[in-house]
Amino acid sequence: MELKVEEVGLSYGARPVLQNVSFTLEQQESALLLGPSGSGKSSLLNIICGLQTPDRGTVTLGTERVVSADGSANSDAVRRRSMGIIFQTLRLVSALSLKANLLLAQKIQNGAHDPNLVQETLDRLGIADRANARPFELSQGEAQRAAIARALVVKPTLLIADEPTSALDAANAERAAQLLLDVARNAGASLLVATHDQRLNALFARTMTLDNGRLAA
Amino acid sequence: MISLALAYLRDRPLTTALNVALLAIAVAMLILLLQLGAQASERLERDGRDVDLVVGAKGSPLQLILSSVFHVDQPTGNVPFAALDLLRRDPSVARAVPLALGDNFRGYRIVGTDESFADLYQTRIAQGRGFDAPMEAVLGASVAAQTGARLGQMFIGSHGLTTDEDGDHGHENAPFTTVGILEPTGTVADRLILTPFESVWEVHGIKHDHDHDTDDDHDHDHGDDHEGDEHAHEGHDHAEEEEAASPFVGASGQSPRVLQARSRVLEQELTALLVTYRNASGAVRIPSLINRQTQMQSAVPAVETTRLLELIGASFDGIRLFAWLLTATGGLAIFVALLNMARSREGDLALLRVMGASRVQVVATVVMEGVITAALGAVLGWIAAHTLIALAKSNFATLADLGLTAWNIMPAEGFLLIGVVGIGALAALIPAWRVYKVDPARIMARI
Repeated sequence: MELKVEEVGLSYGARPVLQNVSFTLEQQESALLLGPSGSGKSSLLNIICGLQTPDRGTVTLGTERVVSADGSANSDAVRRRSMGIIFQTLRLVSALSLKANLLLAQKIQNGAHDPNLVQETLDRLGIADRANARPFELSQGEAQRAAIARALVVKPTLLIADEPTSALDAANAERAAQLLLDVARNAGASLLVATHDQRLNALFARTMTLDNGRLAA
Repeated sequence: MISLALAYLRDRPLTTALNVALLAIAVAMLILLLQLGAQASERLERDGRDVDLVVGAKGSPLQLILSSVFHVDQPTGNVPFAALDLLRRDPSVARAVPLALGDNFRGYRIVGTDESFADLYQTRIAQGRGFDAPMEAVLGASVAAQTGARLGQMFIGSHGLTTDEDGDHGHENAPFTTVGILEPTGTVADRLILTPFESVWEVHGIKHDHDHDTDDDHDHDHGDDHEGDEHAHEGHDHAEEEEAASPFVGASGQSPRVLQARSRVLEQELTALLVTYRNASGAVRIPSLINRQTQMQSAVPAVETTRLLELIGASFDGIRLFAWLLTATGGLAIFVALLNMARSREGDLALLRVMGASRVQVVATVVMEGVITAALGAVLGWIAAHTLIALAKSNFATLADLGLTAWNIMPAEGFLLIGVVGIGALAALIPAWRVYKVDPARIMARI
């Protein structure tokens, strides 16, 4: 499913955060969105996810409007149906076990549980033995994979990851990025990773750089 | 979302348990008050339904009503047997039911009476027949069920109205024979053992005729020379008995009973009379006749019952107010817990929104927490209240005597439980509003 970002602009007061950002992510394409802290990456991801309304422009996923400046889109529904989102810190619901988190994500996003897919995903990510662990019992690496698992079990057409490697050393960062690429490819999903970590540049066929709110191809 | 709400409640077990306990205590108190108040007034009304007036020995009118209508207190004393005839001859009296108390069998009162008792309480024989002669007994439905008595079985009454009274001893010389068992009536009759009033005299060694309606009857004494025995009917001593012996004071100002007492011969007496008027004029004339012109007293069950309920009601109102304050405190505790939760759990709530949960779904999670907490408290309180009634009933004979029912579910309880759950939902509203306004993008920027 094609992601189309068109002329998105956002300002906080008089300070422009995003200026006329446009790009297209083809179906099953993977891309890296690079940029230093404060470049507007997180704001752009929030807009793409439909969590924030831009001042100008639109975001479309396939034929559905994710978000638009006039607020006419049904962001929750599109996000629920089509997106798997991985955040650096916001990974799992604290009161639930890892497995219960994945089942909850399925329930919210697909309306039904699929325990087989949950088990399969946990196996694939190597954290099946931690299925009943609570979030605070997981190591940094396990939590990272748990966040990926949560995004995958809803069978998304678009995977979005925000700074997925920021807390990892070089070897683990590369491993995590490779894992994301693999699972996205296996799931047939498009992948957009926002990071300031230049080390990941080599792994992605396409890289976009955001600098002072402007996209440089 | 319900499972998520449950998970959050499990995640802070102590807070949840305290809030649930607070509400459970409040609900238990309210249910207890509701049950006791309703059952007491219903029972009082049912047992005293067709009794317009109770005539008995002078003393506390309330005690007279409690002992004669509800059978839960000691009688005030005895009245002469002649009082029955006096009342039955009055044109304003439709029915006068004699009661002669004094003994019990395994805590169930043995009531000496006649066939008018069956008319008053509309009892019907389930097994056997009604009593025809002294020392024949008809058991109330509860008595038969609890004692396992069967037709033809004999039993010996014990002196006193309860099993644990001082000086409790059996009247081995005068056993009763069970000739009938009553159908359940839902009244005090279920817990009584009925026998002709002559039986009570016979047991206590009082001379009597076997048939008061015939002229050729013969006097004899069944009491193995019980005349002058130390005990007589329940609740009076001989001096009192002597004073209350005659309905009328003699012209000399001295009761004939006083003279009789000197000979130490026990007179035929009754404990009380339950009167039903034929017409309204009876209500005006008979009480004043009894109170002014005899040494007996009359008490109106409706008046005494109302007074009793007012006395109880005042205490109940105080406890009820306290219970509602406790409920409000429970609601406040839920409010505080959820408000703290809304602050500390912003990340989780933002994550739910990121996953695609709508604002309404996220808000529903918070409201569900309040509702589940309140519902748990309400249900536990409800169970606790009814269990307490059952325990109290099995441990306190007086409550059992009152006919208290442990699992008599009232519609008002449903409204009460819904009200408490509503308080839980109400307590969740402000925290839910805070959650509704959660902006996931802002929270993620902050985390």
